[in-house]
Amino acid sequence: MRTIVCLKRVPDTETRIRVDASGVRIDTAGVKYVVSPYDEYAIELALRAKEGAGLGEVDLVTFGDASAQEALRKGLAMGADSALLLVGEPDMDGLATAKTLASELKESDAPLILFGAKAADDDQQQVGPMFAVLTGRACVTGVSTFTLEGDKAICHREVEGGTEVVEVGLPAVLTITKGPHDPRIASLKGIMAAKKKPLVEKAAQLHPSRMRVHALREPAARPAGRIVGQGPDAVPELVRLLREEAKAI
Amino acid sequence: MADVLAFVERRIGRIGGSAFEVVATASRVARAMGGSAHALVLGGAGASAGAAELAHFGAVTIAVGEHDALSEYSPEGYASVIVELVRQGGYGAVLLSATALGRDLAPRLAALLDVPLATDATGIEVVEGRVRIERPIYSGKAFAQLDLDATPALVSIRPNAFPAMESAAAGAVSTFTPQVDPSAWRVRVLERKGAAEGAVDVSEATVIVSGGRGMKDPSNWHLLEALRDALGTGVALGASRAVVDAGWRSHAEQVGQTGKTVAPKLYVAVGISGAIQHLAGMRTAKTIVAINRDADAPIFAVADYGIVGDLFEILPRLSAEIAALKAGS
Ligand SMILES: Cc1cc2nc3c(=O)[nH]c(=O)nc-3n(C[C@H](O)[C@H](O)[C@H](O)COP(=O)(O)OP(=O)(O)OC[C@H]3O[C@@H](n4cnc5c(N)ncnc54)[C@H](O)[C@@H]3O)c2cc1C
Ligand SMILES: Nc1ncnc2c1ncn2[C@@H]1O[C@H](COP(=O)(O)O)[C@@H](O)[C@H]1O
Repeated sequence: MRTIVCLKRVPDTETRIRVDASGVRIDTAGVKYVVSPYDEYAIELALRAKEGAGLGEVDLVTFGDASAQEALRKGLAMGADSALLLVGEPDMDGLATAKTLASELKESDAPLILFGAKAADDDQQQVGPMFAVLTGRACVTGVSTFTLEGDKAICHREVEGGTEVVEVGLPAVLTITKGPHDPRIASLKGIMAAKKKPLVEKAAQLHPSRMRVHALREPAARPAGRIVGQGPDAVPELVRLLREEAKAI
Repeated sequence: MADVLAFVERRIGRIGGSAFEVVATASRVARAMGGSAHALVLGGAGASAGAAELAHFGAVTIAVGEHDALSEYSPEGYASVIVELVRQGGYGAVLLSATALGRDLAPRLAALLDVPLATDATGIEVVEGRVRIERPIYSGKAFAQLDLDATPALVSIRPNAFPAMESAAAGAVSTFTPQVDPSAWRVRVLERKGAAEGAVDVSEATVIVSGGRGMKDPSNWHLLEALRDALGTGVALGASRAVVDAGWRSHAEQVGQTGKTVAPKLYVAVGISGAIQHLAGMRTAKTIVAINRDADAPIFAVADYGIVGDLFEILPRLSAEIAALKAGS
């Protein structure tokens, strides 16, 4: 069985984000990039599905510039079998990105296509379900783990106030969130093997963006807080401040 | 001139998901567009019962679609009904909440209507007839102002980020029977397990008491529960990733980059160091309190008020003082 994972290269979550002189882009100097964290969970679940079935393959797809190769190699090193880079510049309009991915994958016979629940850069949480609608597939979002039963996937999701078990007919799109299975760390052997795995590049089919960045800004710094005191004796003063100054209780 | 539609969700048989904020915001946007706001609720038979609660938040009409197949959220069912109404209504903007339900539903609507979607907005204005939203990116390390070049402008708004302003006029509630075909739905919920009775989810709580590795052991959580109970209703327990990964607390409570993003009125971080990925989830809280024995812990850099010391000594005293205060007022 073939599982496709769509992944995105994003700044490392430790990175300090600065807006550049243009005011509409971030300053990329010195930024370290990684595979978006939820996409790593998606790769892990895809690899587990393949290992569970004892056959099949895991294919990676990303839409990005040439430097996104590095993210694909990382996924290959984790154990994926092949990778496809759709070369272009994704922007804030998730629907345009979903259309680019759909143009490429619409005819795919893969029963499962996995996405991260959200990309750690724009946090839009939308490309997966949009892709599903565009390609006529069923979709379950926010899946922390799933099992395959015949032509169905049984998915666990966490929602406000509880958990759900959801059944979906294949072919399906699942968007993956953090769950019980931590992404594996690529072994040295995996990293070496990844160099020989197929990584194909082709021009992305682009769609016009209808979401324009008017401006970016850095968040206002929180006014310096204060240490109310040391140990339990500081509690009455804290409670007074919360009551009278912050009006929080 | 254009009208605005607010989609309002119901959960466990009640209006929920920051419904009042969505309707009040839709009414503000509608005024700026020179039109009026309309609210839409979907649910099973009797769903209209609670809809009158919405009447005073500025919507001119509150339409309740009642169908037994819609008593629980179905992505395919809800999307098809809403898309149909949006097509008929000719709205300038459509708003909903960025809750689990809204996050699932909104991108489907966007793809079906072929319009871009701005999720998790923390600000929204109308500039020369077009919707401009502001939203956090890079988990709150920056904010983007985005112009939506499509009609309707489809926007999900972050819970707790907008005021739920009441208005004098009362909207008229009406019911209708949506056309749905459940046999075509491919996504089916087999089982729903509710959280403990009365438990409040972190993403909707107005106050959050969060514990980290400094709590030492899951059996110490009764100390945080005591503080939660002392603080009153609408208070949720949160957790750092370290304690979720250790299996002490459920993932549903995790706050941060790979957990939930929250914006409560009050966030109390207990035994949490304040790693950048944790701050990503809670730095927009209105008031932050930190309790940590390490005076150099990064959490103190974002905390409005901090106490340096042993949480095991501080927590019981804090719960007792707050309980006493609440009992007295
Ligand atoms: C990609 C990625 C995503 C991540 N996502 C998240 C996320 O979503 N959420 C998240 O929280 N983290 C996340 N992390 C992890 C994050 O980097 C930290 O490891 C984590 O937040 C630490 O949790 P903690 O503060 O509970 O533990 P620690 O860092 O170990 O801090 C414990 C604190 O307790 C204090 N303490 C100990 N004993 C006492 C006592 N008796 N009294 C008072 N204070 C005491 C200590 O001084 C210390 O400051 C992520 C990391 C990565 C790489
Ligand atoms: N440029 C891209 N290329 C491939 N997949 C993407 C791209 N952008 C987003 N995705 C996928 O869509 C998910 C959600 O992204 P977003 O809607 O931007 O938060 C990501 O976790 C990826 O799985």
